[in-house]
Amino acid sequence: MTYRILALLFTLFAFVAPSLAQDDPRELINALGEANFREAEQLIGQIAQTGDARVVPMLEAFAEGNLFVRKADGIVVTAKEEGRNLEAFDALTGESLGEGPKAAFTKIRVNNNLRRALRSALGGLTLLSPDRAVRLSAAQAVLQSPSPENLELVEAALAKETDAEVKTRMEQARAVSLLASDRSIDEKRAAIETVASLGGREAIGILMSASNSLDESLKPDLDTAIAQIESKLRLWDAAENVWYGISLGSVLLLAAIGLAITFGVMGVINMAHGEMVMIGAYSTFVVQQVIRTNYPGLFDWSLAIALPVAFLVTAVVGLVIERGVIRFLYGRPLETLLATWGVSLILQQSVRTIFGPTNQEVGNPSWMSGSFMLGGMTITWNRLWIVLFALTIFFALLALMKKSSFGLQMRAVTQNRRMASSMGIRTPWVDAFTFALGSGIAGIAGVALSQIDNVSPNLGQAYIIDSFMVVVFGGVGNLWGTLVGAMSLGILNKFLEPSVGAVLGKILVLVLIILFIQKRPRGLFALKGRAVEA
Amino acid sequence: MTFKMKLTGALMGAMLSTTAFHGAFAQEDTIKIGVLHSLSGTMAISETTLKDAVLMLVEEQNKKGGVLGKKLEAVVVDPASDWPLFAEKARELISKDQVAAVFGCWTSSSRKSVLPVFEELNSILFYPVQYEGEESSRNIFYTGAAPNQQAIPAVDYLAEGEGVERWVLAGTDYVYPQTTNKILKAYLMSKGVAEEDIMINYTPFGHSDWQTIVSDIKKFGSEGKKTAVVSTINGDANVPFYKELANQGIKAEDIPVVAFSVGEEELAGLDTAPLVGHLAAWNYFQSVDTEANAEFIETWHAFTGDTKRVTNDPMEATYIGFNAWVKAVEAAGTTETDAVLDTIIGVTVPNLSGGYATVMPNHHITKPVLIGEIQADGQFEIVQETPAVVGDEWSDYLPDSKDLIADWRKPMECGNFNVATGKCGGKGS
Repeated sequence: MTYRILALLFTLFAFVAPSLAQDDPRELINALGEANFREAEQLIGQIAQTGDARVVPMLEAFAEGNLFVRKADGIVVTAKEEGRNLEAFDALTGESLGEGPKAAFTKIRVNNNLRRALRSALGGLTLLSPDRAVRLSAAQAVLQSPSPENLELVEAALAKETDAEVKTRMEQARAVSLLASDRSIDEKRAAIETVASLGGREAIGILMSASNSLDESLKPDLDTAIAQIESKLRLWDAAENVWYGISLGSVLLLAAIGLAITFGVMGVINMAHGEMVMIGAYSTFVVQQVIRTNYPGLFDWSLAIALPVAFLVTAVVGLVIERGVIRFLYGRPLETLLATWGVSLILQQSVRTIFGPTNQEVGNPSWMSGSFMLGGMTITWNRLWIVLFALTIFFALLALMKKSSFGLQMRAVTQNRRMASSMGIRTPWVDAFTFALGSGIAGIAGVALSQIDNVSPNLGQAYIIDSFMVVVFGGVGNLWGTLVGAMSLGILNKFLEPSVGAVLGKILVLVLIILFIQKRPRGLFALKGRAVEA
Repeated sequence: MTFKMKLTGALMGAMLSTTAFHGAFAQEDTIKIGVLHSLSGTMAISETTLKDAVLMLVEEQNKKGGVLGKKLEAVVVDPASDWPLFAEKARELISKDQVAAVFGCWTSSSRKSVLPVFEELNSILFYPVQYEGEESSRNIFYTGAAPNQQAIPAVDYLAEGEGVERWVLAGTDYVYPQTTNKILKAYLMSKGVAEEDIMINYTPFGHSDWQTIVSDIKKFGSEGKKTAVVSTINGDANVPFYKELANQGIKAEDIPVVAFSVGEEELAGLDTAPLVGHLAAWNYFQSVDTEANAEFIETWHAFTGDTKRVTNDPMEATYIGFNAWVKAVEAAGTTETDAVLDTIIGVTVPNLSGGYATVMPNHHITKPVLIGEIQADGQFEIVQETPAVVGDEWSDYLPDSKDLIADWRKPMECGNFNVATGKCGGKGS
């Protein structure tokens, strides 16, 4: 019995003794409870200095805003929400300390400075992690928030590192931290070269911020390194501009392609076209709502499901508008303009009444979020998908017009209605379905645009002018013209924007189009033949 | 026994009040107030909420017995986001409906459009939105923030708290951002920021393609100095802007964005998880932890029947304006404009962040400035709160207006008194 107690005591001591010896970070953690932002920043540094790997989860919880003070005893705990309660965990060991009402805890606030300090501390602490991915992101974190304190940690980690990619990243991180330290000039010179090998804006930023603290004799090295990176970037900047132009162009193409059918092919000035886009976007919202509440697992598929829904909904709305309003007004463009403008106001206000005037949240599926680097330029996934989507729609529509019998009838009716009618084509139905098709395509454009713009009752208004601009510029009645028109306007806009600003850029594009239309009233690709005279 | 007495008392009271109701003209029984907010058109997105807020306040006040023993009645009109129509509707409210005061307007253009109407017909407007300053009218009360109650403290927080040295001033191309940025530029330069460290960028209303501008901001921020974006981007353009920021991977730790026109309502249409840490400066956030606010939010949810409806800063400004007016009317004993204008200066009412707002002689009010960081749930966490600041109608940082003050107390009654020349008038309205 006594022996057992002794043994127990002994094991207890074995546990307690080392933690006492290496100065338990617990006190530092508890001090966070009363610290202001500035003091907390210092405390984070001190906690990181202990090198104790147990503090990592606590620092991560801090960065995510899950660190709390228990009001009763002032102990700092990590916690997660359990309904109205919080379940508290020991900040170091992660043991559950039981639940308590939210009011019993005070959240420890975190601001951007603290997040930066935490990122750097976590980077330093996880450099030796057995997990390769964690080491890589740790090196990245050190690289992004350089601090001389991390230098020794990086060097220690570097000595043990075997993975080639992590090693290069760590070497860069070491170089970045070294520039801020008080190492010798030769070491710094080498570091400048390593940082320069990083390339990109990031490297310029690091070098420029280092330039103030560096020794005079290193200035020439620094300048050549910066100049080198910049000359490389210049080419990428131009490529980036072209890409931005293409992606803006594809948005314009999406907005305009439905109009290319209703206005271009049928000659109907459809002011409600933008509202079709809006209804498509709202269909996406409704589909996502249903998925969110009933089948959350399907969320990444929500856009694929929304596409046919949006197409059907808007096509039906289009069909109703054509049968109810437009068919009485063929050949009277001004009346169509006014009538469809009225319809657009009605649609807008109905959506506002049903869904409310505020923006609706349409989420981006994971495959449409974030970006990747292509050489020296950043490409965001959502834009890339929209470009591909716009081109797919374009070619699908082209095929439909040129290869299907419905396309043939459509072209026949628009080119010579009476001849087509005497050949046995039911022209009123061809009109109705053509209009429905144009509306349906506007609807699926709405699905895509919901990913980059707000889903509000005003969504359509924002695109109607641009759409008409593209169709008129490209040449009425020509799908290829719409494609070339959209892309050239997009690229023109993006090349004007950096030099003259977004506002003047937009004005200049309008002026250029006016001048162009003066010269070529029928747009880029004019239709030739009898239809033009008619 | 007691219950019975209470019941009889209540019944008699009810009988009395109904006789009173029948005895007089219905018109004299209620005090009408005007609600001049767009319920259709582009501004409906923001202004509908304020219309609801006024209606809620009226309902609450009537539950308390109304004002001067009379019930309040809200007359709602819809100027449809059309600035000239605001002036027409204001005229209609004042001369036809005979309202005692009007709560309304959001954009500066709409306010500028109604200003002459209120001065001509001598009525009162409570304007609840943060604005660019550089205006003072005898008939308008500015219960939103002036630039020194929002923009300047926000910039100070970033410079001192986060060590920002380079500034991108990004805004929508109209009067509020232009004037605010002019004031901010002058202020930053007076603090020793070099001109090349300030980048000013304007975009059209509803701008949706932010790729170039966001990548320009990235470039501007990667030149070795800590950079922040001060955003006066308005309305719908914010959603694509924040989406682009998130997608291009601009984190708040690296380049924080502080916005003056983005509140809980604007964030409602966004996935805010990638935006955590970006900032906004307001005088109120829904997350303000006070009893008054909890009660306000509860009433709001009950009134709208929707527990997801968020509250925002202009609602608090409406609340302050409304209560100040009620208090001034009660002090004056009448709703007559000149009497109310006399009593309202100096009126102090509680705000929702645990302090008090006082109506100052320049027709602005005192407000604390809160800096909040966006959280993953679309709410703001307050990282700094200043003591109450007096709204500055004429900015001290613009050479044209630095000598001007406004004081609407008798006998001075001047909206633009030049302290250098000692004369009233000459500039502004």
